[in-house]
Amino acid sequence: MTDGAIIEARELTKTFHVGDVDVHALRGVNLSVARGEFLSVVGPSGSGKSTLFHILGGLTPPTSGSVMIEGRDLIQMSDADRTSLRKKIVGFVFQKYNLLPTLTAEENIEIARDIAGSPARPAAFDSIVKLLGIEGRLHHKPRALSGGEQQRVAIARAIVNDPAILLADEPTGNLDTQNSQVVLDLLRRLNHEFGQTILMITHNPEAAAYSDRIVHMRDGRIEQL
Amino acid sequence: MINRLVFENLKHRPVRTLLSALAIGVQVVLMLTLVGVSEGMLHDVAERSRGTGADVIIRAPGSSILTFSSGTMDERIVGKVREQPHVALATGSLVHPVGNAFNAIAGINLAQFNEMSGGFQYIEGGPFTEPHDMIIDSVDASEAHLHAGSVVDFGVPWRVTGIVVPGKMSRMFADLKSVQDTYSSSGQVSVIWVKVDQPQNIPLVVDEFKKLLPGYGVWSLADYVSLVSADNVPMLREFTGVVIGIGAVIGFLVVFLSMYTAVLERTREIGILKALGASPGYVLGILLRETVLLAMVGMIAGIALSYGARALLTQFAPNFTTIIVYSWWPRAGLIALLAALIGAIYPGLKAARQDPIEALSYD
Ligand SMILES: Nc1ncnc2c1ncn2[C@@H]1O[C@H](COP(=O)(O)OP(=O)(O)O)[C@@H](O)[C@H]1O
Ligand SMILES: [Mg+2]
Repeated sequence: MTDGAIIEARELTKTFHVGDVDVHALRGVNLSVARGEFLSVVGPSGSGKSTLFHILGGLTPPTSGSVMIEGRDLIQMSDADRTSLRKKIVGFVFQKYNLLPTLTAEENIEIARDIAGSPARPAAFDSIVKLLGIEGRLHHKPRALSGGEQQRVAIARAIVNDPAILLADEPTGNLDTQNSQVVLDLLRRLNHEFGQTILMITHNPEAAAYSDRIVHMRDGRIEQL
Repeated sequence: MINRLVFENLKHRPVRTLLSALAIGVQVVLMLTLVGVSEGMLHDVAERSRGTGADVIIRAPGSSILTFSSGTMDERIVGKVREQPHVALATGSLVHPVGNAFNAIAGINLAQFNEMSGGFQYIEGGPFTEPHDMIIDSVDASEAHLHAGSVVDFGVPWRVTGIVVPGKMSRMFADLKSVQDTYSSSGQVSVIWVKVDQPQNIPLVVDEFKKLLPGYGVWSLADYVSLVSADNVPMLREFTGVVIGIGAVIGFLVVFLSMYTAVLERTREIGILKALGASPGYVLGILLRETVLLAMVGMIAGIALSYGARALLTQFAPNFTTIIVYSWWPRAGLIALLAALIGAIYPGLKAARQDPIEALSYD
């Protein structure tokens, strides 16, 4: 294992069985991510980026290969282990924000804490909220928030349990340039100021430029440049 | 926080929530009304037996406990009974079913019956005097819109001479001889009511009669009244069980459908919760809490509605004496809750097992 790596994937594959057809979404991914790194994953649609994130985030099991996260081997994990991985080790940010529509911004953040079983608000809660600039929007439901605000609430929700890794799947895909910049700035500050390890999928080279390192995916593999 | 989500989920679909709760309420009101009517009718029979003022009751061999009209015996037994020690009064009556299943006309010896019971209170008119005269209590009178002077046809025409306050044995009364002769039971009675000189002698008298009249039903009134219960009504338990079962099936189906549609429309929300690390148990817990809340609202609605049902019955079917049986509130609530929870199991498991990426990666 590479020294200090928080994620270490070797020959990772994922095959979906759709009826009689096998879809090889990942065909042998090798990737190593250092603690505190801000990594961008770029590549054409259908190249397996989201699938890789879903595996790293414990939403679906890998088919073969090895993938270690914080020293835990994902290939041997049970459903319950993956649930606990999602709860404690990773935080997700999606393109479509994915806030719960019936809850306020604050409740959306709180429910993540509730699910993780953390008894009290982390000391950092207020500073997270302040950093993300959503103090004034906490009591609004998602439909009363702009896309940029919703995405900032989603980021707050993703980091409230202090995850080791933040996985952001096209976090600016639905945002205009100005809001994209705000969100990307925030991610970079989280990375710089709090040492948050971040993996971000993006189509946009400008967005990718915010990160420390860029890897390219094609046909279910990471291209070695 | 999970309770907040549960509450918001229910609030999010107010019509579905209200209709589901109402359906559970209907299930509860069904149970409460059935029990209220059967307990009410039995309570009424017991009260009217007490209203005779008798201490001991004698029935012909093999007669049913709950209707005074089944089984008859020779009226000369009344004379024999009267001669026994400690007997203060004894009077025979012949109850004959007329009209609908719940009505019967009681042939009584008016003078003796008055002496034992303390006499009728007349709201209208007065006692019967002619052979086909009768008096009727105010409940039956108002239901059948009868007044003093009205004539009713029970095979033969009976003329109403008086309306009385209810509470004494039957709802319609006529002279014993005339009921016996009209319904071809000359010399027969179906109940003998006995008043004992001193209350402490009641057990003694009951024992004496049992020896004197082997095979006959002899009870102190207190014992008799305690026998007037749902356990002794043939098929009532079974009938109640069937109605409760039907109600429970309604509750089950409504909750099943309601929760099933909720799970279908919340695919995305469930996926989000799972991505946040919610375990299957957490997701199931949300659905079950929603169900418990629905059942509780339904139960309160059902209890409120049971008062409405009682008011309706009192208005349109005063013969059906309905009481509010408090002891059935928790029981009906529990049955409704169980039916609802069983209804929520399948949708809940479907939600708990849902694959999060299907919900999150495709729209
Ligand atoms: N749940 C799934 N079932 C079947 N096929 C899937 C599933 N998820 C992704 N795929 C397929 O796997 C391939 C990679 O998809 P994805 O990881 O979403 O790519 P990207 O995010 O790079 O656009 C695609 O061909 C896609 O159709
Ligand atoms: Mg994708």
